[in-house]
Parts: sequence; structure tokens; C-alpha cells
Amino acid sequence: MIRLEDVYKIYPMGDEPVHALDGVSLTIEEGEFVAIIGQSGSGKSTCMNIIGCLDVPTEGRYLLNGQDVGAMKDDEQAFIRNKTLGFIFQQYNLIPRLTVFENVELPLIYRGMGERDRQAPVLRALEKVGLVEKLKNLPSQLSGGQQQRVSIARALVGDPSVILADEPTGALDSKTGKEVLEFMRKLNDEGNTVVLITHDMNIAEMARRVVCLSDGKITEDRAMGRKH
Amino acid sequence: MNIEQSFKMAIKSLRTSKMRSFLTMLGIIIGVASVIILVSLVNGLSSEITSSLEAAGTNTISVNIMGRGSNKSFGADDMAAFIEENKERFKAYSPVVNAQATAKNGVDSVTTSVTGVNELYAGMQGVTLEAGRFIQFIDADRLQKVCVIGTYIADELFDGAVYADSTVKINGSSYTVVGVLEETADSTEGSGDDIIYVPYTTATRLAGNANVSSYTIAARDVANIDDTVDLIRTELYGAFGNENAYRVVSMSQMIDMMNEITGSIAVVLVGIAGISLVVGGIGIMNIMLVSVTERTREIGIRKALGARRSAIMSQFIIEAATTSAAGGVIGILVGAALSFAAGAVFDMSVAPSVGAVLIAFGVSVAIGMIFGYFPAGKAAKLHPIDALRYE
Ligand SMILES: Nc1ncnc2c1ncn2[C@@H]1O[C@H](COP(=O)(O)OP(=O)(O)OP(=O)(O)O)[C@@H](O)[C@H]1O
Ligand SMILES: [Mg+2]
Repeated sequence: MIRLEDVYKIYPMGDEPVHALDGVSLTIEEGEFVAIIGQSGSGKSTCMNIIGCLDVPTEGRYLLNGQDVGAMKDDEQAFIRNKTLGFIFQQYNLIPRLTVFENVELPLIYRGMGERDRQAPVLRALEKVGLVEKLKNLPSQLSGGQQQRVSIARALVGDPSVILADEPTGALDSKTGKEVLEFMRKLNDEGNTVVLITHDMNIAEMARRVVCLSDGKITEDRAMGRKH
Repeated sequence: MNIEQSFKMAIKSLRTSKMRSFLTMLGIIIGVASVIILVSLVNGLSSEITSSLEAAGTNTISVNIMGRGSNKSFGADDMAAFIEENKERFKAYSPVVNAQATAKNGVDSVTTSVTGVNELYAGMQGVTLEAGRFIQFIDADRLQKVCVIGTYIADELFDGAVYADSTVKINGSSYTVVGVLEETADSTEGSGDDIIYVPYTTATRLAGNANVSSYTIAARDVANIDDTVDLIRTELYGAFGNENAYRVVSMSQMIDMMNEITGSIAVVLVGIAGISLVVGGIGIMNIMLVSVTERTREIGIRKALGARRSAIMSQFIIEAATTSAAGGVIGILVGAALSFAAGAVFDMSVAPSVGAVLIAFGVSVAIGMIFGYFPAGKAAKLHPIDALRYE
């Protein structure tokens, strides 16, 4: 369970500090599919970084499965990220020097799994995104859509309970974007909590719940009837 | 993340930028190679010296008498009596009188070292003859003007053709050549072949001083040679009452002294070469800092995926150590090759010791780890979100 309690993220910018998050309270239950929507600069990424334990609130508390992340040490946060969270970034964020296989394998390496034990889950994850035959390729030898699928495989491989996606379709054409979104829905159907960040209402409609952010504040939070 | 994984990753990043890796390693390569070469050369030199000293016999004791005042002395007769008294300890002895002299045959002339000895000298020092005989007891006893010449002298003065009645003029007086030594060093000037042996009694006159001041003594037993040296010292102290009037050194003490000297030379040289290892280490640190900056985003990704500080730390330290160790291995190979080449050129048995190789390797790994520590720490401390945002 994800729980933000009156969270502020304030960047000290000279005389006028930027309130990227300005008192956000939000609870996301297990198995939900939530879209966070808002204009550019509204604080979506900031919010996701906090949910993803990549950043800590300036004020307020963030509880993940009842634990206060802000009070954790670096390595404890790393442990949570590794075990509980899967990231899908707008820019894919694959490591260019590593092959597809090696990229997908990383979360398992940091979990301390041996080489032999890693093989099967990596192949399973690549199979899910349909890229087994590309496992020896470098990211630069793949199309944008394929790279994003690799990053999805990487997010899945450790079987995390929460998938966080920040504009996962931002760099893709509408068709491949749709495929990626279908994928997210499938993951949600399989029981994962999915948090999707977008500025596009059409995409947000894929979710079961939409949270609107504006200037660091939640302006709307509503449940959706599923399209289709 | 385990070490094997980091190691593979390090090899990979070394291979992707070969030129940069090579330049990074260059400092270490030069440092390690020069340490290996210096150690090999010094080792070769000291084993050369040791073996030539050992060839003279480890049971050899050399005695030098500087004397003090004219009323106290210890002459050849005193030495002979002393040796005779302690027969059970001494196998043989010979006075050694050194002089520089001009040797002439007709118009041919050489300046050479003339050594005055007795009949036991050849046996003690392993001097062998090509023809004729060595100095004999009777020669010394009767102050005979006879000599035994080295092959260099034979070549220079007689064109190699020495006959039974050949004579050579040493400092003006005529000596009969009774023997020619076996060649030991290609008959070159200044070598062991550039020598003339005469009876020591005759030599004292050539040298212009009445007393014999040096002796070579062969002890019967190498095991208690230090006691034997002390025995001689006690005798000489009795004669002079002053420790500075004489010097008694056994060959093994000489070898120890030599080794001590070459050892300290080696330490100084290796220390100097070690400086370039430090410079190499700084080069590695520099390039690792660049690499951390270049890979900030990668570090952010790894952290987002759950890499702990220690995992990032060990990745960069292992990368630095691998770079440095690879440089070390190349340096060892280069150093060994150059050592063997130098050995061939100087005609010495120069070989890098296993110890030097192991230490060089260990030091280069250590340098990588030490100088990689700071950049690795910098990488490990990066905040995940700052690293991910880095462009
Ligand atoms: N490191 C930072 N330092 C200063 N200000 C920041 C920093 N990160 C974000 N901000 C500011 O916080 C606000 C929210 O940024 P955020 O990245 O969360 O927006 P966003 O909703 O994700 O926008 P977009 O849709 O363009 O990605 C912006 O005004 C931004 O300028
Ligand atoms: Mg954003």
C-alpha cells in the first residue's frame, strides 16, 4: 500500500522556492491501476520519484507498506526499490554498454542471485515482451518501442508488486504506445499495482482511477469505468 | 553484486575503450617494468659478484695489515709461525704482495699488475697453468727472479710463443718465465689474464716495502670460519695492540657485505621506480573520476534498480584494480623481456625473480584499489535521482 501524507517537495530556488509538491495526500491500494495526470511542470515526476523511493519528501510522510521511506537509510531504500518497485522511464534508461539480457538481469544481480538462477526469470521476462531473440543485442541496435519493451522486461523481472511508469509512451508512436499500455493493463490484471504518469487524458483513461495534479496539488481524484 | 560480476563488467569496459585503457595503464606499465628490470639487474649483478667471490673459495680469509709505528710489526715469518701453530684450523696460506710494474720484452711493453705469492697460492685460488710450472717454495726462499704470466701478457710480449728460456724485464730486471696461466677471460687487458705472478719475496722489493701486508688464508672448515677469523684477529691484536692496524675478513663476510650494498642500492632504485607507480596511480584516479562523471546516469539507473552503495563502490574499485592489474601484467612482461635482453647484452644471468613479479603484481592491484577508492566513493554517494537526471 502506497500512502502519501501531506507531502511537500520544495526546491530552494533563490528567493522563490519551487513547490513541486504542495501538500499532496494520496493512498493507493494494492492492485490498483492509477494514472497521475497533469500539465508539464505540475509535479508528476516529482511525485513518482517519491513513490519510487528515488527521492524523499521535504515535508510530510511517505509510507510504503507501512514503512516510512523518508526515515530510511540509503541502502534500505535501495533494498525496497529492488524488491518492491519496477520502473519504466520515458527515456527507457537502458545501459548502452550492456546487452538486452544483461540489462534485464540487473535487478536480479543486485538482489544477490547467482548467475544460474538468473537465467530463467530473465528469459521469462523477455518472452513476455516478445524479445527473446534479441537478447544479445545492444540497446542501440533496437527500435524505440523495442527498447521500451526491454525496460518493461527489466521492470518485471524481479516480480515487484508496484510498477511505476513515467510517460512510458512519450517517445513512441501511437501504435507502439498502445501496445505498451496494453501491457501495463495486463500487468494490472495479473495483480500488480500500476502507477502511470501521463499528460494525455486519452492514455489516462486506460486506468481505473485518475489523479489530477496541478501546481503540485491534487485537483481531482476519480474512479474510471474501464474503456472497451 | 558479486566480485566475478564486477570483474566481468570491468574487463568489458576496458575492452570498449582500448586506447584510453592503454594510456591509463601506461604509468603502471612503465613503473612495474622499471621495477622488474632494476630488480633483475641488481640481482644479476649481485649473483655475479657472489659467484666470482665464491669461486675464490668461501673458506678464504683475507688479511690486510696496515701496521702502526715502525717498532711493532707482524712479518711473513710471524704469519708462517702462526699458521704452523694452528695447523688444525688452516689448510694453506699465501702472502699477497701487489705492485704495478712495467713488463718488457725487447720493444714490446705493458703496464700490468704483479702479484707476489708463495707456492700454495695456485692451489688455494684455483689458478691453473697452460704450460710450465707455478712459483715454488725454493723460488721464494732464494728470492729467485722467476715469473708466471697470464695469456694477455704472453700475447702482448711474446705473440703467444713463450719458450723455456724466455725472459721478461719487470721494472728493469730480468725474470725467467717459468709458466703460462690458462686463459680465463679472453686474454683482454685488465682482466684476470693481465697478470704476472712472482715469488712474494721478490715482489716486496718490486713494491718497495720490506713487509708483506696482505695474506690469503684458506681455512680448513667453513662451518667455524668466524671463530677462525677471530683467532687471527686475536693474534694480530697481540702484535699491534690496536684494532685499526689490521683487517681480517672471510669471503663469506665479504659476500654478506656485498649483498648488503647491492641490497641497499636496489632499495633506492626501486624506490625511485616506485614513484612512477604512484604517478600511474594518480593517472588511474583521474580517469576513474572522468569515468564516474561520464557514467553518472548509468549509476543512477543501477541505483534505481536497487544497487547498494557497496555494489557501486565495488564495481568502480574493481574496475580500477583491474585496469591497474592489467597494466601490471603488461609491465611484468615488458620488464621481463627487457631484463632478458639486458642480460644477453651484458652477458649476465639476469632473470626477474618470482618474488619481484608477485610483489609488482600485488602492488599494482593495490594501487588500483587505493586510487580507485576516492572516485568509487564519489560514485557510491551519488543520490539516485540526481544521477538519473544528469545529462
Ligand atoms: N531538481 C530540481 N530543482 C529545482 N526545481 C525542480 C527540480 N526538479 C523539478 N523541479 C521543478 O519542480 C516542478 C515539477 O517538476 P516535475 O518534473 O515533477 O514536473 P512534471 O509534472 O513531471 O512535468 P513534465 O510533464 O514536463 O515531465 C517544476 O516546476 C520543475 O521546474
Ligand atoms: Mg515528468
